[in-house]
Amino acid sequence: MKKLKYALFTGCTAKQSTPEQYMSTMAVADKLGIELVELTEASCCGASHLQDYDDFLSLVLNARNIAYAEKHGLTMVTICNTCQLNTAMTKHRLDNDTALKARVNEKLEEVGLEYKGTSDITHFLYAIIDDIGLDKITKMVVTPLSQFNIAPFYGCHNIRPSELQNETHKTAESAYRPTSLDDLIIACGGSNVDYDEKTKCCGFHAELQAPKTASALTGKVIAGAMDGNADWMVTPCPLCHLKLDTQTGHASAAIGREVSLPVLHMQQMLGLALGCPQESLGLKHHLTKVNFV
Amino acid sequence: MSTHTITTQKVNFKVFRFNADDDYLPYYDDYNMEVTSEEVVLDILDRIKWDHDGSFSYRRSCRHGICGACAIKVNGRSTLACKESMTDMIELFGNELTIEPLSIKRSIKDMIVDKGDFWEKHDAIHPYLISDVEEHPEHEHIVTPEEAEELLEADICIQCGACHYACPVVEVNDEFFGPAAFAKAYRFEADVRDDAHVSRLNELHEENQGLWDCVKCFECAEVCPKDVNPIDKITKLHQMLFAEGVATSNVATRHAVGFKHSIARNGVLDEGGLVLYSEGPGIVKHIPVALKMFTKGKIVPPWGIVKSDNLDEIKKLVKSSSTAKF
Repeated sequence: MKKLKYALFTGCTAKQSTPEQYMSTMAVADKLGIELVELTEASCCGASHLQDYDDFLSLVLNARNIAYAEKHGLTMVTICNTCQLNTAMTKHRLDNDTALKARVNEKLEEVGLEYKGTSDITHFLYAIIDDIGLDKITKMVVTPLSQFNIAPFYGCHNIRPSELQNETHKTAESAYRPTSLDDLIIACGGSNVDYDEKTKCCGFHAELQAPKTASALTGKVIAGAMDGNADWMVTPCPLCHLKLDTQTGHASAAIGREVSLPVLHMQQMLGLALGCPQESLGLKHHLTKVNFV
Repeated sequence: MSTHTITTQKVNFKVFRFNADDDYLPYYDDYNMEVTSEEVVLDILDRIKWDHDGSFSYRRSCRHGICGACAIKVNGRSTLACKESMTDMIELFGNELTIEPLSIKRSIKDMIVDKGDFWEKHDAIHPYLISDVEEHPEHEHIVTPEEAEELLEADICIQCGACHYACPVVEVNDEFFGPAAFAKAYRFEADVRDDAHVSRLNELHEENQGLWDCVKCFECAEVCPKDVNPIDKITKLHQMLFAEGVATSNVATRHAVGFKHSIARNGVLDEGGLVLYSEGPGIVKHIPVALKMFTKGKIVPPWGIVKSDNLDEIKKLVKSSSTAKF
């Protein structure tokens, strides 16, 4: 089989507040024989907030990031749901509006770049499922996570809007009954916890603006996973991770119940199952102690 | 001539029952029914009432997806009962379906909810054209097709409440206007005949009830039976706040603008710097968690941030492509 090679858009979080996500991405890619070309030229995607202020600027910046993936002739892989949303949304809008694409390219020309629309954009979770396949993952597992009930937490921007998810990925899934992360848990040998909150919002994007709301949403999510008898949670999004891992105090206060569960990045879960050395997965960087390894 | 086969399958329905006049707590009735591939969810509601229990209550009227009366939830998903095919529901959720009202806490009788909060918020955004119209105009006020397109079909909302009761913020914050009210506000904000632009916008961005409390989850866009895409309108209203000079300096606006400053400086985001810029003195409340994060290696100081390569390109583009001011 030809070696898989992608252009990696790390996003900002993996390089700052979730270093463990960057480490585990690299460890897992290495284990799976995936070559990642890091897009060190990329800027922040705007995180859906720059978009509230200056839509055109956010399009230009995201188009520039994609243009670098295109220069490599590679599919862009994201490791953050919000990066995925903003990058894929930019591609969707430019590929469907020639006038807008021309306006954006007029700006990119100033710096010698062009957005062509030749690179696909996929989240690492879907790259693994679509391009490697769960069967192969199952076969590669050396430490099955069979003693654990694991609660998948999908994160809004990987599954909604579903039109964008379906257009972007081979694994076209429902926003109401997504299966990708459940399937990955099963492939790693774990038991997937089914609970209502697995597709709900963690509140991250309103943490500063509406802290009470954001904390209540976080609390409800962790409580749902706990009531589903989960030993720990897993998510493909570093922003959800930050919210669920570091804000348990506020979340507990908001819903009047002590809530706390270890939360793993999907890369860390996969790394444990594939037998990556524990120190390569950065489990010590969590605030909610990962107490089971 | 093409033939079309109607298939049937067995479905177990768990149906929410509650009568606010008599019941202390709600309960669920089970109905086992043969469902044909031609039926919509509303047919099932009708059959429960007609064949099983005449007291079962729900709202229905047009049966053509235009009156907005019959919105309910199937397996937690807001849906317009007259438009939603049973085949699609079974394909999505399987043969065990839970039928519930849009909001359990607002149920009056079975599927019928008190939509009072929905209408209060709808009224609060002044959902009508505000304009000095001559009493006896000499000619009609022409709106060009291009101008009408600016509404982005926000005018086709049928006020069914599907998005409002799917919104997680509405669920936890009674004050929040909610996606339907914002979509309606946009419908008038984008109308060239409306003169209330700034005064209506002024009432849309108050802390706790206004635009900045949206969590960007896209639930509203996902459930809307008319594809109104409320979150898209919320984003447009955010942009209007800045364009019309209505935005005031607060944690939310500084947060949105802070991304631009951070990108212009580093290409990537300076996470700590953004929180400081957004919060100002309010940063103190984040110190306890920040200290814990620091000890776990989760906070990179400004001097430790690895800036984007080819940063000069980013700086140039921020300068040449910026379209908003604050």
